Amino acid sequence: MSADQAVANGTLDVAVIGGGVVGCAIVRRLALAGWRACLLEKAPDILDGASKGNSAILHTGFDAPPGSLEARCIAEGYAEFRAIHARLGLPLIETGALVLAWDDAQEARLDDLMAKARRNGVDDVEPLSARALRALEPELAPSVKAGFRVPGEHVIDPWSTPYAYLLQAVENGALFLPRCAVTGGAFDGARWTLRTSRGQIRARLVVNAAGLHGDRVERLLTGESGFTIRPRKGQFVVFDKPAAGLCRHILLPVPSETTKGIVVCRTAYGNLLVGPTAEEQDDRERAAVDRATLERLRAAGEAILPALAGQEVNAVYAGLRPATERKDYRIAARDGLNYVAVGGIRSTGLSAALGIARHVLGLCEGLAGGAATPPERPVWPALRNIAEGRPRDWQAPGNGGIVCHCELVTRREIEEALRGPLRAQSLAGLKRRTRVTMGRCQGFYCTAELAAITAGRFARPIAGAPARDAAAGEPAERAHAG
Amino acid sequence: MPADLPATADVAIIGAGPAGLAAAVRLRERGIGHVVVLDREAEPGGIPRHCGHYPYGVREYGRLMKGPAYARRNVEAARRAGVAIFPRTTVVRLDAGPLLTVSRDDGVSQIAAGRVLLSTGVREATRAQRLIGGTKPGGVLSTGALQGLVYLEGLRPFERPVVLGTELVAFSALMTCGHLGIRPVAMIEPGAATTARWPAGLYPRLRGIPLLLGTRIEEIVGRERVEAVVVRGPDGARRTIGTDGVIVSGGFRPEATLLDASHLVRDPRTGGPEVDQFGRCSDPAFFAAGNMLHPVETAGWCWREGRAVADAIADSLAGLLPARDAVVRLETSGDMLKYVLPQVLVPDRRAAPLGRLQLRLSRPAHGTLTLRQGTDARALARIDSRPERRITVPLDRLPPLVSGQAQLALQDGPR
Ligand SMILES: Cc1cc2nc3c(=O)[nH]c(=O)nc-3n(C[C@H](O)[C@H](O)[C@H](O)COP(=O)(O)OP(=O)(O)OC[C@H]3O[C@@H](n4cnc5c(N)ncnc54)[C@H](O)[C@@H]3O)c2cc1C
Ligand SMILES: Cc1cc2nc3c(=O)[nH]c(=O)nc-3n(C[C@H](O)[C@H](O)[C@H](O)COP(=O)(O)OP(=O)(O)OC[C@H]3O[C@@H](n4cnc5c(N)ncnc54)[C@H](O)[C@@H]3O)c2cc1C
Repeated sequence: MSADQAVANGTLDVAVIGGGVVGCAIVRRLALAGWRACLLEKAPDILDGASKGNSAILHTGFDAPPGSLEARCIAEGYAEFRAIHARLGLPLIETGALVLAWDDAQEARLDDLMAKARRNGVDDVEPLSARALRALEPELAPSVKAGFRVPGEHVIDPWSTPYAYLLQAVENGALFLPRCAVTGGAFDGARWTLRTSRGQIRARLVVNAAGLHGDRVERLLTGESGFTIRPRKGQFVVFDKPAAGLCRHILLPVPSETTKGIVVCRTAYGNLLVGPTAEEQDDRERAAVDRATLERLRAAGEAILPALAGQEVNAVYAGLRPATERKDYRIAARDGLNYVAVGGIRSTGLSAALGIARHVLGLCEGLAGGAATPPERPVWPALRNIAEGRPRDWQAPGNGGIVCHCELVTRREIEEALRGPLRAQSLAGLKRRTRVTMGRCQGFYCTAELAAITAGRFARPIAGAPARDAAAGEPAERAHAG
Repeated sequence: MPADLPATADVAIIGAGPAGLAAAVRLRERGIGHVVVLDREAEPGGIPRHCGHYPYGVREYGRLMKGPAYARRNVEAARRAGVAIFPRTTVVRLDAGPLLTVSRDDGVSQIAAGRVLLSTGVREATRAQRLIGGTKPGGVLSTGALQGLVYLEGLRPFERPVVLGTELVAFSALMTCGHLGIRPVAMIEPGAATTARWPAGLYPRLRGIPLLLGTRIEEIVGRERVEAVVVRGPDGARRTIGTDGVIVSGGFRPEATLLDASHLVRDPRTGGPEVDQFGRCSDPAFFAAGNMLHPVETAGWCWREGRAVADAIADSLAGLLPARDAVVRLETSGDMLKYVLPQVLVPDRRAAPLGRLQLRLSRPAHGTLTLRQGTDARALARIDSRPERRITVPLDRLPPLVSGQAQLALQDGPR
């Protein structure tokens, strides 16, 4: 029986709330373990919260608090990502990282940080003199004092990754319900009945992975919340492709208590990124950038890589971390309530998602009193590569011609992204699946053609009046039967 | 199925805008056999294809035309002259040879050409490049994107936008709004005066559009669609203007990405290739013309420049151009001169396609333009101008120069 039917007749095993990278990874793990699972996302597409804007680093967890749940989930998530990325068609840009000290105080902390890395099982860190650092990265500012190398820190694609997780979940029987906001719910001792913007949904277990809204969803469902989200904004400046030639490694500062600090690194799309900041705010939705901060980021980038001066900016963005009053993740199962909270996945969720998902599966099995039967032959869908420096569609016959000239996105790639169970529902969704309009011209050349190709596809078209009925005909409409 | 792309050409032209097409026609007139023009868009014609307004074509065809008619006219002229035009053909790489790597529906292929002309045009600076703050709702468009939506697709992106910038292209944006029957709620200019010349500055006033000088957009507000902009005026006060779109106009830069991964030298000041007075790049088998050389000029200027550089290409194929060695490199000193074109001069007094120094200022200035080589300094011209305005000095006004460097400077002086 598919999750689809399970929704209809009310025999769904797990409803996962929240289509961030964490929810996507959890629903994948549940589907691969044989559970009838469903992912509910309030937005028209996945990645509408914290997962929309991050640094896209696959962390080893070298600087996580040793012994913490976070450290464990990162280690497991990292290992699983390495094992599965090629099968899912996901890029892994093997950059390694350099942790850099710029003054005596920072230099004095390097030994402790390396010891911490070893305690976290990251035992290939290697101390480097200023000279050795500059031999590895010739563009580094000469004022660098010392540092160490973390060979395993890498760059991944922040958007294809969760998308592939969800695609594999769906192809293995899970259901994805976009535009489905959970507004309340009740547990009758055996089953949950969730109230959503698309009708009632019943499931034996509920997993709350609502990210920036995790505490609110918990309060809606249980009347109280074990944690409070305190959004912490991070702004970024992304430079055009020539800047990516300025460094190979991820350049990390010596971290502080509250933040990993300003990072300089390449992206999977062949750009160079500088950020993030760490700014507390109350708003959970609005991730605004501001000129003064962006200028500071530019200057911070130039202090690390002087040749960055004069490089063109490609894009600017901000993301919100779902931080809480504590540093560690807030993952807890509530006995007698068939409920698992997956909260406070603050600043390492992209790296840890697969590990979190394994941990959550264990908690679900504990609540349900046993495991399900995994599918005999799980499906392994592979995404078309959109990362830079690997074969792309514009190089292949039958691509339909290039539409987005800066990012070299073809008509075939766009048309594929507009089809299928996880088709893009908005320009933002299309960007994340294909890279369209993300380049240096930000739509100067291709906006008109994109508007024509996507006509009638989006609830909010690229230009012109909103379509009245673009959301109709979704599988989710059937969820009302539940 | 796209027509088969040839593996070789006498001259391959990248970009079917006014410059590229005019050059193609001229090359055929000069008896060059196999001239191909490659353009990545579905239709050739360049930017004028979506400029559904006047004035185009007066100097070229003796008739006042709108952009699309002008583009068609250029395309027809090229086809009649026997030029092979290949649309939906993107050049993705330049190599010495010259060898072009292109991508089309059928995948990647290569063209070996005797000479290459780069005429890939310009684009506008984005909101990100200007570090404008706020959220990222839909409805923030460059003039180019706006015109594409309006004139190519018949769409209405918004009803009451604000226009940022007052270069000439901002007035194209106003005309585009006029075509839609909508009136922008404000025109916003960070500088103290409009950038484009009078009487352009009168136009918004005639249409009743408030012109806010000395004003910056600090923040764009809205989640799905633009809802407002927060601006800071000359008095330092912030205020909110309700609007449903932002037209981010001007701030032109060459579409010169192809240079990044190539062996050609790029001039950081123009952003385009470094050329000599023949429009010749650092690899003398490559030439350039049109707006990729100089952000930004009119279509007519680009068209004439395309023709003129085509003559140099024909001469080069016939072995008639002086070698590009022992050159004089023009440097600019001080921060008042934004760029100078050509960047390099071959000490040779014959007439050349770039027969004038083309200069732009980075801020309003007046004074004397001087050229210094060694201890010799020569006053070239009196200048009283503003950024983004055309300033030219005929090359024959320059003193004889020897190979090496020469410095151009603008000395502040009384008006
Ligand atoms: C600036 C920054 C830099 C970062 N850098 C890195 C990095 O380099 N590497 C790394 O590993 N991690 C990084 N992270 C962390 C990572 O991005 C987060 O840990 C991760 O995105 C958290 O994902 P999530 O799924 O928990 O939450 P979210 O992405 O917020 O997902 C929650 C989802 O739930 C939905 N939702 C909310 N309420 C409801 C409701 N009532 N009904 C239905 N749906 C609902 C939301 O719309 C949202 O889509 C960074 C984060 C930031 C902000
Ligand atoms: C919005 C806007 C309004 C304007 N309005 C006016 C006006 O009213 N009057 C006026 O005189 N001027 C106007 N201009 C200036 C305009 O740029 C010039 O008029 C003229 O089009 C420049 O000619 P060009 O041949 O240099 O380049 P373009 O017309 O820009 O042509 C360049 C061509 O190169 C192609 N190309 C680029 N890269 C590649 C590649 N890698 N492979 C293949 N093909 C490629 C492009 O597709 C394009 O067709 C306007 C410009 C803009 C952006």
